[in-house]
Amino acid sequence: MSGQIDEGLRSELQRQGIWVTSMQDLYNWGRRSSIWPLQFGLACCAIEMIATAASRYDLARFGGEIFRPSPRQADLMIVAGTVTKKMAPQIVRLYNQMPDPKYVISMGACAISGGPFKQGYNVLKGIDRYIPVDVYIPGCPPRPEALLHAFMELQRKIDGQKLTGDNRAEHLNPAQPSEFPVPAFGAHDLEPPANPDVFEPPKIERT
Amino acid sequence: MDIMTPDPYFFIIIFVGVALVFPLLPLALAWLWRRFFQPPKPGAEKNAIYECGVESLGEAQVQFRSQYYLYCIIFLIFDVEAIFLVPFAVAFTGLPVGAFIAILVFLLLLIEGLVWAWSKGCLNWAK
Repeated sequence: MSGQIDEGLRSELQRQGIWVTSMQDLYNWGRRSSIWPLQFGLACCAIEMIATAASRYDLARFGGEIFRPSPRQADLMIVAGTVTKKMAPQIVRLYNQMPDPKYVISMGACAISGGPFKQGYNVLKGIDRYIPVDVYIPGCPPRPEALLHAFMELQRKIDGQKLTGDNRAEHLNPAQPSEFPVPAFGAHDLEPPANPDVFEPPKIERT
Repeated sequence: MDIMTPDPYFFIIIFVGVALVFPLLPLALAWLWRRFFQPPKPGAEKNAIYECGVESLGEAQVQFRSQYYLYCIIFLIFDVEAIFLVPFAVAFTGLPVGAFIAILVFLLLLIEGLVWAWSKGCLNWAK
């Protein structure tokens, strides 16, 4: 849809004061300008997330200041902190309860891989084992600037999502699931330890 | 009636029309959007009523005993009594006899209430 008008022509028209847009651009512009995160924090990264939302760093400049206390109203899940195995089912359940389109930012080393607690018996080795993650932020904890950067990256991703066609956004594709299985507490670990549909263990390449 | 001045109720009709279109238009647009672009993806988790991440336990229709309510009311009475008694005690030396009698009557009323509640068995925690 956005491919119907030449980019050069569009910028030329813009210079003359004529704005041409498509439904896809309008849709993506609206979505990326009001990403409402889910209001929850897990560990020390949450403090940085709070700082990002507060006045000094001011996430409101990017349209993401409205932290929703209910998953029904949230677009974005910021997994800010260590995900313990006790907490993982709740996070997956909250993600399942968010309406589409929904995005996940995995904030900090713990949410990515377990971080400094990776060897811990009770720590999940990355939230991407159960839910699809859109943006990863390294750091322990990442500074608010890093979260803002991740937010801008997510906005860039939303901007590039297609409305129709084979490579359209996941939430527009009926074949893509919106809910993912919630892990159960097993005897020694969560069962299953990872969702094979979303998680692929990293392959070790020996040279 | 003059043709140029509309009926006074005409504005009410306009108001009702706007009040109907204002919420229905976004709903209709959302419905159209769902129809053409976004496939609905309902599910058991997504449609669950409870939304804090934890599965709900038991039923919603549980009964609470009224015992605590009585206890609470009696506590409230004596809480208010303390609010009145502290300023009275602070200003005790400078008060006339009438004030002393008034506070005694106030205390008597509360004690009477306490005796009544006691005799009713409100202070016993019924098992």
